[in-house]
Amino acid sequence: MRAGTPDWPCLPARTAALAAAPSAVPRRSPSPRSQSGGAWQRREPCGAMEEVCARFVSQKISKARWRPLPVAALQPPDVFATGSWDNEDNRISIWSVGDVGSAGLNGEYQGEPQLLCDIRHNGDVMDMQFLDQERIVVASSTGSVTVFRHHQNSQTLSASHRWENAHCHADQYTACGGAACTGVICNNPEIVTVGEDGRINLFRADQKDAVRTIDNADSSTLHAVTFLRTTEVLTVNSIGQLKVWDFRQQRNEPAQIFSLTGERVPLHCVDRHPNQQHIVATGGQDGMLSIWDIRQGTMPVSLLNAHEAEMWEVHFHPSNPDHLFTCSEDGSLWHWDTSTDVSEKPSFLHQGGRSTAYFSHSTINQSVVSAWLSNDPTKDRMEITNLIPNQTLSVNTLDVLGPCLVYGTDAEAIYVNRQLFA
Amino acid sequence: MCFEWGPAEMLLCETLFARGPSCVFVVRRDQDIYMETLRKLFNESHGIFVGLQRCEEERAVRARNAQLIQVSKNYRSVIRACMEDMHQAAISARDSALHSQYSIQVSILSAMELIWNLCEILFVEAAPAGPLLLRLLDWVQLHICDVDNMVREVLSSENPSKHKLFWNVVDIFVLQGRMDEARHLLSKEAIANPTSMNMYKILDDLMKKMPVPSVGNTQTLTEMELKWQHWHEECQRYLQDGTFASSSHMESICKILLGDENAILEKKELMTTWYHFLVTRLLYSHPTVKPMELRFYAQSSMDMFLGEESSPEPLDTILMAAFEFELHQVIKECSVALSNWWFVAHLTDLLDHCKLLQSHNLYFGSNMREFLLLEYASGLFSHHSLWQLGVDYFDHCPEYGRVYLELHIERIPLNTEQKALKVLRICEQRQMHEQVRSICKIMAMKALRNNRLGSALSWSIRAKDAAFATLISDRFLKDYCERGRFSDLDLIDNLGPSMLLSDRLTFLGKYREFHRLYGEKRFSEAARLLLMLMTAHIAPCSFWMTLLTDALPLLEQKEVRMLRHAHLPESLRGLFQL
Repeated sequence: MRAGTPDWPCLPARTAALAAAPSAVPRRSPSPRSQSGGAWQRREPCGAMEEVCARFVSQKISKARWRPLPVAALQPPDVFATGSWDNEDNRISIWSVGDVGSAGLNGEYQGEPQLLCDIRHNGDVMDMQFLDQERIVVASSTGSVTVFRHHQNSQTLSASHRWENAHCHADQYTACGGAACTGVICNNPEIVTVGEDGRINLFRADQKDAVRTIDNADSSTLHAVTFLRTTEVLTVNSIGQLKVWDFRQQRNEPAQIFSLTGERVPLHCVDRHPNQQHIVATGGQDGMLSIWDIRQGTMPVSLLNAHEAEMWEVHFHPSNPDHLFTCSEDGSLWHWDTSTDVSEKPSFLHQGGRSTAYFSHSTINQSVVSAWLSNDPTKDRMEITNLIPNQTLSVNTLDVLGPCLVYGTDAEAIYVNRQLFA
Repeated sequence: MCFEWGPAEMLLCETLFARGPSCVFVVRRDQDIYMETLRKLFNESHGIFVGLQRCEEERAVRARNAQLIQVSKNYRSVIRACMEDMHQAAISARDSALHSQYSIQVSILSAMELIWNLCEILFVEAAPAGPLLLRLLDWVQLHICDVDNMVREVLSSENPSKHKLFWNVVDIFVLQGRMDEARHLLSKEAIANPTSMNMYKILDDLMKKMPVPSVGNTQTLTEMELKWQHWHEECQRYLQDGTFASSSHMESICKILLGDENAILEKKELMTTWYHFLVTRLLYSHPTVKPMELRFYAQSSMDMFLGEESSPEPLDTILMAAFEFELHQVIKECSVALSNWWFVAHLTDLLDHCKLLQSHNLYFGSNMREFLLLEYASGLFSHHSLWQLGVDYFDHCPEYGRVYLELHIERIPLNTEQKALKVLRICEQRQMHEQVRSICKIMAMKALRNNRLGSALSWSIRAKDAAFATLISDRFLKDYCERGRFSDLDLIDNLGPSMLLSDRLTFLGKYREFHRLYGEKRFSEAARLLLMLMTAHIAPCSFWMTLLTDALPLLEQKEVRMLRHAHLPESLRGLFQL
């Protein structure tokens, strides 16, 4: 992937099986190679040597999300939103990343993110998701969920709707105390939120009250939520459980509960494979990446000892699901690549080294399935790269869309890489 | 009025309750850390600082030197970038008070960069005689920016040589040693004024031939000095012959070339500062000046330039201390003059890496570098957001860093679970077990008060706090006694190996399992489990009654009867304990 760097032997070591459970899932400890990059260069122009543009923004970034592209769009994404945390005055900001080839207005470095507009936000930004091209749903540490609208002609942001006490601790003695809303996921027009109060809310973008609320869905904190199918969501909590909730069912019980073997390490993030709906990845407090198969069993299919500290976000690449990205409190961002070598494929599919778009669908599915769910290290061809050469503070968030990656850190900086697969 | 000290602030309130609302004031000593533009400076320099501490020391002296010079340049580029941002902010500020605040900051940053640049030349790079002068020339050119505006104005005019500032520009080029540019402008004058062609040719020749210290080591200092002496004498001859008598401008240029101090001093307004005067003087009278000789020229230059009217300002004292190679004096003066520890902390750390600071022990034991870093990091901890940077600074203070960190980290307010997790991770990575326990206890108590038993349990598992796990289990059991059923079954059913954290928790898990077995009608297993619970003595005394009551329906089951005879003594013992 990176020109000039040596090939990394891609066989992760197999560690001893866990003592606790009988049919233990073996943990593997892959070690990534560092992206080649010399000493940190300040303000390197984009498109030249470095592909990554950095910008220091005077606020710690807790979430960054690309604005989704219209369905038939050909160009890469160029607008993203960020949310800050731990400030007296937190902000939601919208940034634009120019074309790599053009110079900025004041001669500033090409490709550096430019602030389009921002708006004050009450409380830390705990999670954020684009509802559609213009609206962003933001989860706050005060327990409220707000929908912001980005007016593109005037380049301003305004709060269009707010559910004030979406999450709160019901205390018999005092009034409702705020509980942080920790996760939000959208599937226009539905919005699902989860929080520290163990509650799951289902909202509709245009309706004032919640469509459905599952109180005390969990006795611990729910850390993240994602859609499994249109009526089902997945949640992860702080006692290491992955639960499936079906909104079609009236009872307030999860449809299925999965849990880790061994120690009940809290899970912090979850993501579902874009095409294979039964493959789910979660990240834990000990930096462990777990891959689950929802169709079978209650334990993960593979456990990978990845980061040295909490894994904050895990994302399958939406159009290239062979690629997975994880970021962590230890300051690293790993790119997991299970796409098999071109030379491995049977010769009739070669077509002179052209892209995989011409291959038959079933062959792709087959290789993908075996890659993520494979338990046999001898067959693994997983390439893992740490995309951060000089890691210091935590990488709190990342988002990938097309060839573009954006990530934000506690060192108050945003990084954009627009040539991810170059 | 009464007041109370905080870590970096003071809380002030009125005690005389007059008519009107009474206020509480927060007096902050360090306003700078709250400026948004300066936050970028702190974050970027934090990255450079950590990189410097971590990078492996190069063996070869030259490579190590190059490494340290690069770090110094990085710091300076960060200061410059901050200056540009601040300048932009000043321009776009509509409020005049804000505008002046930003402008003041710009000038402070510019002074910081000036001092840092000089320290880099004299201390980090330790330029020897020869290259020293070249570096000082670059330094002066970089920091006297008014020149560029003037130059642009003259060059863009139709007839440059007729512009009223033409000779000013030529003079400043000569004063800064920018010979090629001076000659280029002079050629325009020569074309416009053919009568002075002869004079021009001679002057141009002199300027072209002027020996300058070479960048590489192609000539030794003695060779350079010889050549320079020769050239100097040639200039002297031309001046004495009266070659330039008809043009006062060209004559003064020749005098400057000869290093005539009075001639140079006449151009005071162009040079604007005494250190510019110093460098020009050195260029034209002692180009092979050695670093140690700088102090004499510096002092005399300042005296000559400032004369009687003005006394040195803080910046002048700092620069003078640098020229005198008094490192500690430089740091001390900077600490006094600047409002915030950022500059001295980072500069001292860099100089310490250059092995220039002897262990100058202050009276309370730690050395100067550590003292300054501790002060700076403590300032960071008083900020609601920059505390995370402070952690790395404390890490690199070997003597007192850990203690300071332990005390500061306990005082960070934990508003959300995510922030608590980050603080916890910092403590765990540094084996600060006390702090881990106390943070987990705080979070667990909060969760318990909000009735989030699962969260409370996960916090006590993280801290391996058996006592708290017991507390939570008691809470569950109490709920069961009151309501007759368990709450939060998803938690109790899935405890896994964390059940072993405390006896009470194990009991809870096993008791729930007993209920499940009973519900599934697996009576013999249920009975065995119940007996095990009774004999293992992990049940709380208050619960024995309940256990025995549970045993009653079991005794009626057929499969269980044969067991009870064997284990009767055990159950009786338990009964007696009640």
